[in-house]
Amino acid sequence: METLTILTVDDEIGIRTGVKRALRNFIVSFPFHEDDFNFEIIDAASGEEALEIIYSKHIDIILLDNILPGIEGIEVLEKLKQDNINSAVMMITSHASIDLAVKATDNGAFNFIPKPFTQLELKSAIENITKHLLIKRITHKMKNEAKQIRFQFLSVLSHELKSPINAIEGYLQMMKEEEVGKDISAYKNMIDRSIERINGMRGLIMDMLDLTKIESGKKNRELNKVNIIDIAKMAIDSIIPIAVQKNINIESNFPEELISNVDSTEIEIIFNNLLSNAVKYNKDNGEVNFTIKEENNNIKITISDTGIGMSKEDIARLFKEFTRIKNRKTQNIPGSGLGLSIMKKLVDLNNGSIKVESEIDKGSVFTVYLHIE
Amino acid sequence: MENKDITILIADDDYDYLNQMDFHLKKFGFKTILANSQKECEEIIETTKPNLAIFDLMMENDDSGFILSYKLKKKYPDVPVILASAVSSVTGYIFEQENTDEQNWIKADKFLEKGIRPDQLHREINKLLEL
Repeated sequence: METLTILTVDDEIGIRTGVKRALRNFIVSFPFHEDDFNFEIIDAASGEEALEIIYSKHIDIILLDNILPGIEGIEVLEKLKQDNINSAVMMITSHASIDLAVKATDNGAFNFIPKPFTQLELKSAIENITKHLLIKRITHKMKNEAKQIRFQFLSVLSHELKSPINAIEGYLQMMKEEEVGKDISAYKNMIDRSIERINGMRGLIMDMLDLTKIESGKKNRELNKVNIIDIAKMAIDSIIPIAVQKNINIESNFPEELISNVDSTEIEIIFNNLLSNAVKYNKDNGEVNFTIKEENNNIKITISDTGIGMSKEDIARLFKEFTRIKNRKTQNIPGSGLGLSIMKKLVDLNNGSIKVESEIDKGSVFTVYLHIE
Repeated sequence: MENKDITILIADDDYDYLNQMDFHLKKFGFKTILANSQKECEEIIETTKPNLAIFDLMMENDDSGFILSYKLKKKYPDVPVILASAVSSVTGYIFEQENTDEQNWIKADKFLEKGIRPDQLHREINKLLEL
């Protein structure tokens, strides 16, 4: 239960006690919000008294009569606006003129309730204003969270881009200072590393564009009935040049045909990611096993490798953006740290799921389940 | 103490940065021990006391460098620590200790931006080692 404080400002004692009586046991609840609201009612007989209370404690809702003995209600409202006090104000008035209504609304009054009012009218007005306050609070919170996430993303991104820039700059400085002599061949390793880091940055930028497209919903999905096996074979063809360099054998185990209603680009990205990881993080002369089969109306895709494997802690962080498992074994393997989070998003988009099993120095098994449409 | 008797522990998860630091420090005549993760560095600290340490701030954790400084200082309070990072201007980690309280909390003796010139780095190391 959360308590909102209401301040009734009226010189008529009848109104003040009437409000108290009507709202004393009043509870407002919303289906979309866990906490219920009840109300603490305080009152003031004049505008001056009201301001004194408002400046000394937080008031959520003000019921404000316009015609008061000293300063008018509208002046109280102007003062609150001036001082940036954001209580929700509801004007109570018996002689509502358009002029007053316009002036009050300009100064931030939430709405009007004509005098005399019934208990029901008052309650319904309070319910409305409570909803307004709650929604205002929720949107405020959401905005802050979105800002926070954006900021985190940007700061990690800038770190991921600054590191290669620093590395390349470092090598270039060493060449400029001729740190290892005048013979260019002495710098071969530095040049190779610099090119490697530039490629890494390019990959990061491409992956980031993919990720942004998926997240903003801008990626147009084209669902067609396609043979998943064709896409799998293409993915193998494109990884073979890299596999050959490490003498890695790719075994595939597919049915002839497996038709599903999917976006073929998405499936291609999923397969490419899984396969390239299985090759990149494998050992020389290793094995990759790529199996696709139909199981309980799901497409079960399994890719296992005989690579470096991961610890339990590593697996837990695996699908987070920019997470790369960094250790001696991975230090020379290029990667943006976005591949798996892209893949995870695409699998989610297809209502699928991913399972990861791994053992250090033995290898990893990634299993993806996609629902057959 | 001559430079060749001085061992500097460097922890950084960027392979190239670690390589370059190794190159420059060796050129200055120091011995080096390299760690490319917070975890690896913690293991080294367990058994080895360096004369000075240079830690990257963000490794497995966003505050790996702080954690390592804390652990190193706890075990070897007299070993100076340099924290190096590429992130200061963007993430809002401000690399100036405003008062002694902060200095006590962040157990590092010097904060440096990555990309500092090798000769500047050399000067800072000499200052900390009182060479």
